[in-house]
Amino acid sequence: MQTPETLPLLRVEGLTKTFRMFHLDSMLHAFEGISFDLRAGEFLLLKGRNGAGKSTLLRTLWRSYLPVGGHIWYQSKLGTIDLARAADVDIALLRRQEMGFVTQFLNARPRVAAQDIVAEPLRLAGQSQAEALDQARHWLGEFGVREELWRAYPSTFSGGEQQKVNLARALILPQRLLLLDEPTASLDVGARRALVRRLDDLKAAGVAIIGVFHHPGDVTDLIDREIDLATHPVSADNELTHVAV
Amino acid sequence: MSLSALTKPWAATSYGFLDASAKRELRRKMLKAIAVPGCQMPYASREVPMARGWGTGGLQVTLTLVNPASTIKVIDQGADDGVNAASIRRFISRVSGATETWDTLGASIIQSRHRVPEETLGADQILVLQVPNPEPLRGVEPNMSIARQMHADADYGRLWLTLYEQIVRKGRIMQGAAYPSLVNGRHVMTPSPIPRWDVPKLHMAKHLTFLSAGREKRLHAVPPYTRVEPLVFSDRPYRVEDHADLVCRRSGISGYFMNEIPQDHGGSAFEVSDSNLGIKAIRRAEGEPVEIGATWYQDGEFSA
Amino acid sequence: MSIDMTSAPAALLPPQLMRTEALLTMSGLSKTYGSVRALRNVDVTVYPGEVMGIVGESGSGKSTLLRMMNLEDTPDQGDYRLQLPGKDDDNLFALDRYQRRMLCAHHIGIVYQNPHQGLLMRHSSSGNVAERLLIAGERSFDVLRSKARDALDASEFPLARMDARPAELSGGMQQRVQLAKAIALEPALLLLDEPTTGLDVSVQALVLDTLKRLQRDRRITMVLVSHDLGVIRTMADRVLVMRHGEVVERGLADQVFQDPQHPYTQQLVHAKL
Repeated sequence: MQTPETLPLLRVEGLTKTFRMFHLDSMLHAFEGISFDLRAGEFLLLKGRNGAGKSTLLRTLWRSYLPVGGHIWYQSKLGTIDLARAADVDIALLRRQEMGFVTQFLNARPRVAAQDIVAEPLRLAGQSQAEALDQARHWLGEFGVREELWRAYPSTFSGGEQQKVNLARALILPQRLLLLDEPTASLDVGARRALVRRLDDLKAAGVAIIGVFHHPGDVTDLIDREIDLATHPVSADNELTHVAV
Repeated sequence: MSLSALTKPWAATSYGFLDASAKRELRRKMLKAIAVPGCQMPYASREVPMARGWGTGGLQVTLTLVNPASTIKVIDQGADDGVNAASIRRFISRVSGATETWDTLGASIIQSRHRVPEETLGADQILVLQVPNPEPLRGVEPNMSIARQMHADADYGRLWLTLYEQIVRKGRIMQGAAYPSLVNGRHVMTPSPIPRWDVPKLHMAKHLTFLSAGREKRLHAVPPYTRVEPLVFSDRPYRVEDHADLVCRRSGISGYFMNEIPQDHGGSAFEVSDSNLGIKAIRRAEGEPVEIGATWYQDGEFSA
Repeated sequence: MSIDMTSAPAALLPPQLMRTEALLTMSGLSKTYGSVRALRNVDVTVYPGEVMGIVGESGSGKSTLLRMMNLEDTPDQGDYRLQLPGKDDDNLFALDRYQRRMLCAHHIGIVYQNPHQGLLMRHSSSGNVAERLLIAGERSFDVLRSKARDALDASEFPLARMDARPAELSGGMQQRVQLAKAIALEPALLLLDEPTTGLDVSVQALVLDTLKRLQRDRRITMVLVSHDLGVIRTMADRVLVMRHGEVVERGLADQVFQDPQHPYTQQLVHAKL
């Protein structure tokens, strides 16, 4: 039996993900036997060619995908929990309070203003409307969203502007574990710099980060370790893009 | 002892007009109605020599209660001398041998259409009200089966809602007569179309009240000393008609429920609605030794 | 917390729970209507503050399940418990009609797809909300008025029309009146039966937005039934997939949509995307 003190923030053991496609009557092997440790304040870069399973791994850690084998031991504030087999409610709670996931796409709800979308995680965490809006505006400004857009609906924004809103929302609440799935795609230089600054701050504050970057050059200075998924054997016929909807 | 000694001699009609089984059914239903105050009991309304809707429900209850020692008073809107009241009174006394009276104090059974007499009724008196529509929920739920279920569930939200909407739309409660009232904290009844003025008289009264609807074939009762509470909002008090200051033009008494008599020039004159009270007042003013009993209202204020 | 070091596939193991106080627990629900099996051994757990989505095609039993949550119907078998402050944790199906009605009036709100089912069309909108409060025993006209106003306001209903009859209002407004009625007593549980089906898309978005705001600001626990996967996806934290009266899959909303485990769910998700 290990005590929580000796465990890192995240310990992944033999994590395996397979997709079963019933209509094709076939199995897709995404990755197998992945193991690594991640400590607070560490930045881990996932590498590998297209389709190597980088995004799939992130989504498995986030539990959008259900792993078929292995463990994801996570040291939450409430105790150690295996994310691979924790109850859905607990995952929902951790997502609200401790974990963040930044994707390439903003799930913009129609007719909700940019500043409200960004403020929402703070509201859910119990902050007052005024306080949350204040912070939301700060981060929208930080990521270079023009002030006249703050009260507009992001569903009408360009891809780049949407991504800025998305980042502001995802990074507004300091988490303990942050998963980044190509956050710099479609960002302009200024926003990219703001993102790196924010990540640096979060890392310094002890946030553990796992990221997939199309151009890792942006974050070179932040990277502590890398995992190359290409070194893990996966079946050749996998086309994960079909599954990764 | 022979069978003939136990049997009454043959007669053209049964005592009290109704046949024995009809009276037996009514007695059972009346006892049930007393047992569950305010709850409507269905009964097989019999044919009586009067059209449905003219007080057949009240008449059947009275005919069941009456005996040769009874004294009967029948009023129509407070008056003893209305054609219908007089006919009913004479019919009852003819089929039962009961005594007729106009005096509230002397009556043992008072059958009434739409009024409760002003003189306080005592424990030895029974009030029988003729009811056209006994169902308080009819206005909100036309389906009687569902309405019954609502009574069973004490589901009176929609009844309250109509009062709420009256205040919203008109600024005050418009319900005049037949004000829905909660009996014994359980069933809401519609106390026949008696004016709001009369509803407090039923609350914790010494007398027994039957309310019977012959056309609708249902009766309910308010036993003595039973709570009868009009449905009112806590911040919108129950108000009776503004009759406290009106003076009867014939008897000169005031502080009672009045009939409004429109005048040719457009105004109104008022006469006391309880006609026998007015008669007593006139006689007393003329020096006759007439006893006027205690009244529920004194100087226009309810005080029982 | 002990650490289980078994190496069996994660999906096969029972879930590990940190937090156990469910708001709603239904277990072993079965119901047969004539020869039709409407529900077969259904278990549902809903936690405070979450939105539970129930998807499935017509006849899958999702509406039957919601009706049972609102105590409009009882199953042949099964238990229903709600964790309410100051209430015994009894099987709610064992309550009598009156107790059920009072419990629903105080603790459960519902919005139906068809406003005719949820509203008194001949009464005013504010009256519809007030009726709920009247059933619960509120007897002050001024309090009724102000609470009805608050609830309508929270449902983003234009207050200038609060005394208009629902029959004079648009579909979206009628749903807001239903919603105001449902939340007037701050229920522990809000049930939504296809609340936006039948509304045109732009109105649907507005109503969903209101629901989302209520969920955020008041932390009302919701159970949302819809055949529209888009609606479920926008609203729900967790999802239950039903078919032929059975739960074929349950999980986090994004997991069910992105990594469905049951062939039926895969088919459903792929058909919609």
